[in-house]
Amino acid sequence: MSKKHLYVLTGILAGVAALVFLYKLFILEFPITPGERTETWRVEARILVQATGGAGKVTLNIPQTAGNFTVISQNFVTGGWGLTTATEGHNRQATYSINRAEGEHALYYRAVVHRAKTVRAPPGARAEEPEIPEKTTYVDAELSAARTIVRAATREAADNQTLIRLVMKQLNTPQPEGPAEFLLKNNKGSRGIAEVGAELLKIGGLPARAVHGLALKPDRRKARFEHWVEYYSDGAWRPYDPKTDRFETPADSMPWWYGRTRLVHTLGTGKTETIISVREAFEFTLRTALTQARNVEKNLVEFSVFGLPLQTQAVYQLLLTVPVGILLLVILRNVIGMKTFGTFMPVLIALAFRQTELVWGIVLFGIVLSIGIGVRFYLERLKLLLVPRLASVVIVVVVIMAFLSIVSHKLGFDRGLSVALFPIVILAMTIERMTIVWDERGPQEAFKQAFGSLIVSILCYLAMNLPLVQHLVFVFPETLLVVLAGTLLLGRYSGYRLLELPRFRVLGGGR
Amino acid sequence: MFDFGLWKRLRDNGVLGLNDRNANFVLVHNQRRNYPLVDDKVLTKELALKAGAAVPDLFGLIEIQKQVATFPDIVRDKENFVVKPAEGSQGEGIIVVKGRSGDMYRTAGGSLIDENQMAFHLSNILSGVYSLGGQPDKAIIEYCVEFDPVFEALTFRGVPDIRIIVFLGVPVMAMVRLPTRQSDGKANLHQGAIGAGIDMATGVTLTAVKGNSVVDTHPDTLNKVSGTQIPNWPVLLDMAARSFEMTNLGYQGIDIVLDRDRGPLILELNARPGLNIQIANRAGLRHRLEAVERNRNALRAVGDRVAFTIENFGAREAQAA
Repeated sequence: MSKKHLYVLTGILAGVAALVFLYKLFILEFPITPGERTETWRVEARILVQATGGAGKVTLNIPQTAGNFTVISQNFVTGGWGLTTATEGHNRQATYSINRAEGEHALYYRAVVHRAKTVRAPPGARAEEPEIPEKTTYVDAELSAARTIVRAATREAADNQTLIRLVMKQLNTPQPEGPAEFLLKNNKGSRGIAEVGAELLKIGGLPARAVHGLALKPDRRKARFEHWVEYYSDGAWRPYDPKTDRFETPADSMPWWYGRTRLVHTLGTGKTETIISVREAFEFTLRTALTQARNVEKNLVEFSVFGLPLQTQAVYQLLLTVPVGILLLVILRNVIGMKTFGTFMPVLIALAFRQTELVWGIVLFGIVLSIGIGVRFYLERLKLLLVPRLASVVIVVVVIMAFLSIVSHKLGFDRGLSVALFPIVILAMTIERMTIVWDERGPQEAFKQAFGSLIVSILCYLAMNLPLVQHLVFVFPETLLVVLAGTLLLGRYSGYRLLELPRFRVLGGGR
Repeated sequence: MFDFGLWKRLRDNGVLGLNDRNANFVLVHNQRRNYPLVDDKVLTKELALKAGAAVPDLFGLIEIQKQVATFPDIVRDKENFVVKPAEGSQGEGIIVVKGRSGDMYRTAGGSLIDENQMAFHLSNILSGVYSLGGQPDKAIIEYCVEFDPVFEALTFRGVPDIRIIVFLGVPVMAMVRLPTRQSDGKANLHQGAIGAGIDMATGVTLTAVKGNSVVDTHPDTLNKVSGTQIPNWPVLLDMAARSFEMTNLGYQGIDIVLDRDRGPLILELNARPGLNIQIANRAGLRHRLEAVERNRNALRAVGDRVAFTIENFGAREAQAA
């Protein structure tokens, strides 16, 4: 009776999953493999504001369509704050304001950006003719220092491009000297170079501006900005990248805002923190949610993982693969009969492997485990009671991880830093279990189980890391119902475990 | 790579696998609320006494750290005794003391431990080092069995015990676990003890299992394992059959020791008995379990159940089946 119940339940789960899957695949035309998508990015700025009780104003520079990037849609989550947008110089700005606010507030700006494969020539004179020469903001000592550099450069320059190169060379050295050092002051990074460079070019008579662009890399939960220079020539803004000394936009960077202003300005508020995240979106985000007007489908997309904030989406892309790893773990334990330390320890280790990458993960895991076991055997001599002993092992594991990070950083292997992602308590329990097995069943059995755990971890990692698996669980989360159904069915699997066959071999004689 | 032939032969021989045991017997016939009755050896002792079955005498119980100091008083006039965790598993954390040497306790394995080491061991038991889920535990100090000389030639120190699998009150398979040098005097197969199968009809030993293979001589004493008659076998079968009413666990293992003076004593019960007993008996459990299940309704009285065992599960009958 219970078996029939189980079959009906798993049948319903699989059926529902199949229906949703087929609907999304054929009606909504979601892509079934990871390759089928155009380049669309979802960008999110999250501003955390500590309001102080009075009126508050937060101004955010927001991206505009530029070059081969098109801002397809944008939306603002204001949480009760008023919102206005305006054009200020080269920038488009959104201003959130409130009359009276207290406590922490989160303001969101989200945009969907499409990148064309080829750079489109600026159609006609779309870039407005700038006022020549644009006024510089430099005065007094700064102005005269700037003039010193520009004068030297204009003397040698043959055209705009050589002028730019000569000016930027003064700023773009490891140890800038004299007037260049004075102008860069405490702002020697690539941002300072771009901003000061643009000012210098303006003084030299070439309209120019600093550009701050977002690096579009997959799944950046804390994205970074690149900084470069644009100058106006022959009716269009043209890029120069001081980092590479080439007249092109840095690779994969989307212009966000221009000039010497900061990304976010605040007035009348306390501490603010801005987090920018980026992730590659999928074709249908565009097609269904934006171009198709049918409401049901729109809601379906909004009421799914894609409706979540980007940072959370990145977390779920990781989290949604865990059930796949767990199903594999169940198969390896209950059908194959492999032994592991701790039931779900291999899946957690596999998650850590995703951050450390496989080979480094195994090396780091091995090092932490062997040092930990050495320490644990020493602790055995001290005859400590269980809970303090376990606590000591946890502390030792943390110390080992910090130590490994420092050593590998000093040696220049930055991969070693990712050791911090290992689940500390799980490692400590593994060390404890392994020493107990070592003591009671001998080192052979301990190594056998440790090796088994490692193999299972690696297999789970490989399964969870398949691009197709990641794509399917993220785009079609209903596949997890099938995973659940499979796991439920395995719960009633009563056949032999494969490793039991050799165990009972002597009983396999004929009758 | 994958031996389907072996799979099929094992299935035809009725060999019970771990998944099969758990899914179709343990989960179906053993209610979780009855587990504490067998997991806690103090409770098991009380149940057995209530049912009129003999158990090793309880000398003392240490439940909290403060009581560890009372240990020397508990054992002051006892020459031999056993210290063990109430909720231990697989024979772990058991110390068998056989006499003293000055201030030291002499263990069955031949090593000496002093008062401090004993106190540390007791503290470890209390903090749950040996208990199933690592929960706090109690330490039992009890009578050390003076084992019946019947297995003298087949034992390297320690106490041999008899494990009987009981299904719905019917003893279905049994083995005697014989300590070896490797198992340090413990009757635990995982630690290197050997297990000899038993003819259910007569109580005569068969060949034994060591690890996963079949042996017919004890590795230390080199004596032949098979052919030893266990005394009072019908009494043992009766004790095993009655254990079902004690715990209401449909599928359980009962561990019995033979004391020279007091006869068979129940040591403990187990809700998930191991499967190597099949190798010891060179027979699968499944056919026997199915036979009991088929005749379930006819097997109400203890006497009927014991008779069913003797009639159906003897070595000769099993071979003929």
